[in-house]
Amino acid sequence: MLGVSIVVFCMVRAIPGDPAQILLGQSATTSQVAEIRDRLGLDEPLPVQYLLFLKDAVRGDLGDSLVTGRPVTTELLVRLPATFELTAFAMLIAILVGVPVGVISAVRQYSLLDKFFSVLALTGISMPIFWLAMILIVIFGVNLELLPFPGRLGPTTAITSITGLVLVDSLLTFNFAGFWDGLLYLIMPAIALGTIPMAVVMRMTRSSMLEVMGEDYVRTARAKGVVPWRVVFKHGLRNAMLPTVTVIGLQAGLLMGGAIITETIFSWPGIGQIAYESVSRRDYAMIQGVVLYGAALFVLINLLVDVLYAVLDPRVRY
Amino acid sequence: MAEAQAQQDAVATPASVQTRSRWEDFSRTFLSNRLALFGLVVLSIFILMAIFAPLVAPYDPLSQDLEGKFAGPSLAHPFGQDELGRDILSRVIYGARISLTAGLAAVAIATTAGTLIGMVAGFFGGYTDSVLMRLMDVILAFPSILLAIVIVSVLGPSLANAMLAIGIVFIPQIARVVRSSVISVRERDYIEAERALGAGNAQIIFSGVLPNSTAPLIVQATLTLATAILDIAALSFLGLGARAPTPEWGAMLTDAFESGFGVFVEGQHALIFPGVAIALAVLSVNFVGDGLRDALDPRRRG
Repeated sequence: MLGVSIVVFCMVRAIPGDPAQILLGQSATTSQVAEIRDRLGLDEPLPVQYLLFLKDAVRGDLGDSLVTGRPVTTELLVRLPATFELTAFAMLIAILVGVPVGVISAVRQYSLLDKFFSVLALTGISMPIFWLAMILIVIFGVNLELLPFPGRLGPTTAITSITGLVLVDSLLTFNFAGFWDGLLYLIMPAIALGTIPMAVVMRMTRSSMLEVMGEDYVRTARAKGVVPWRVVFKHGLRNAMLPTVTVIGLQAGLLMGGAIITETIFSWPGIGQIAYESVSRRDYAMIQGVVLYGAALFVLINLLVDVLYAVLDPRVRY
Repeated sequence: MAEAQAQQDAVATPASVQTRSRWEDFSRTFLSNRLALFGLVVLSIFILMAIFAPLVAPYDPLSQDLEGKFAGPSLAHPFGQDELGRDILSRVIYGARISLTAGLAAVAIATTAGTLIGMVAGFFGGYTDSVLMRLMDVILAFPSILLAIVIVSVLGPSLANAMLAIGIVFIPQIARVVRSSVISVRERDYIEAERALGAGNAQIIFSGVLPNSTAPLIVQATLTLATAILDIAALSFLGLGARAPTPEWGAMLTDAFESGFGVFVEGQHALIFPGVAIALAVLSVNFVGDGLRDALDPRRRG
């Protein structure tokens, strides 16, 4: 993580242009620029600058956005629930569809169904996510007028904000119309974001199921006369879940990249959207914040996966 | 010396025989895989299309015809016209040039750097290995698209920088694959034999280690190509890659998308065809990659 922070810091400093100049605009006088440089600590040598940056970063202070002037951390925290809701829902779809389909493909290996799913999964990981999103809009949003977009809620729907998660808040306040509306708005972005993880989860479940089903203990269970579905779920799936869980953890990074694109297309007010905006507005403080938090989250999730590993597999002990 | 030469010949002859049978074995497995064959054919069509774009494309990909804005597919314009009335078919054909070249360039960067790093790390081991691999871990600690975004922000948005960024992002994957196969080859008897014959490190790496590490490398590079094409399109979508009016597939979709909401209603074909081109190209590369893996890795053969 320290290495990551050094890399991010150096890269952002390497971005051409004087931040003080950018902050003040073209008309600023030299003395104004000098004053700002002094205030931002830009006159210090680079290693000192890095340590100052690190000191603030550890306390959650990543500086202010160059565009809005509000602290980067606040700006990101406000948008966190929207992104969390979207990615969680996308992952849920991915797992709920990916795992069963993977199991079916493995149990019926080389059947027509298996081949069909395999090609479908490969097609899933071959589609650019922004194209998939646009096609979903064309089909379900415009042509069939089934699902609403863009944004998170209809203009007439109001939801009391408690957690910032539309679905949770609406249920807590018994606002079922709001829940339904939020759900409809959520479906298209979540499918767009969830398709690639779904395909990856499916492929992983299939191949690890195939491996596990060839093990001796599965044969023993069959020989014992355990009912087939019990063999598949208790002996097979439980053990096959390990690599699948790893792969789910690894999807986190992909989801972050995907969220930037999905949120931009659907005008979803989350972190991905602000990442896109700060890139196009050259808001370097914001980019730095997004990347740093993104990397931190990524490391954290992978740590979580390692812990989960130990829970799922009694043989793994730390 | 003459004796050593004779000995080398004796070793070389069975090896070359084995190589040929391996090649036969490989091509038979690969060609019997219908999906891989399909991928190869589609990919060849794309490559031919890219090479002969000026001959194949019916129109100039940049010439505008504002009268024909979002005109649907017709005999004159089989894929229709885009937001500036440009012929989409011609743009998709020229796009093959840019998108495929960009993907290949990114993979070339990743493969060259990754092979070098993996080779050195795996071959020398010890301290060199630790330092290089920790460096790779730092790159891997970033979600790939975020890292690419930062790199392009630093270098300035352009297609060349997008290629470079994607190339850098994929270095660790290649390096890891190469490193692990180098380590498995390093202690083999024939490497020992080369060393005994007085070969230097460089010679051993290039004549002994590298050729025996190519199979996993080729597979990884092919599968990386698929992701690289997708990621370059994604960077273009974020405004960090190819810019208008370049007929790059990702940029085409972006331009259409940014032309306003109207595209979803009247310009749907402008959204469909470039995307189909990307998906088809990437799918073919994936098919070929999977086929290569199945054919090159004996353990996966069913």
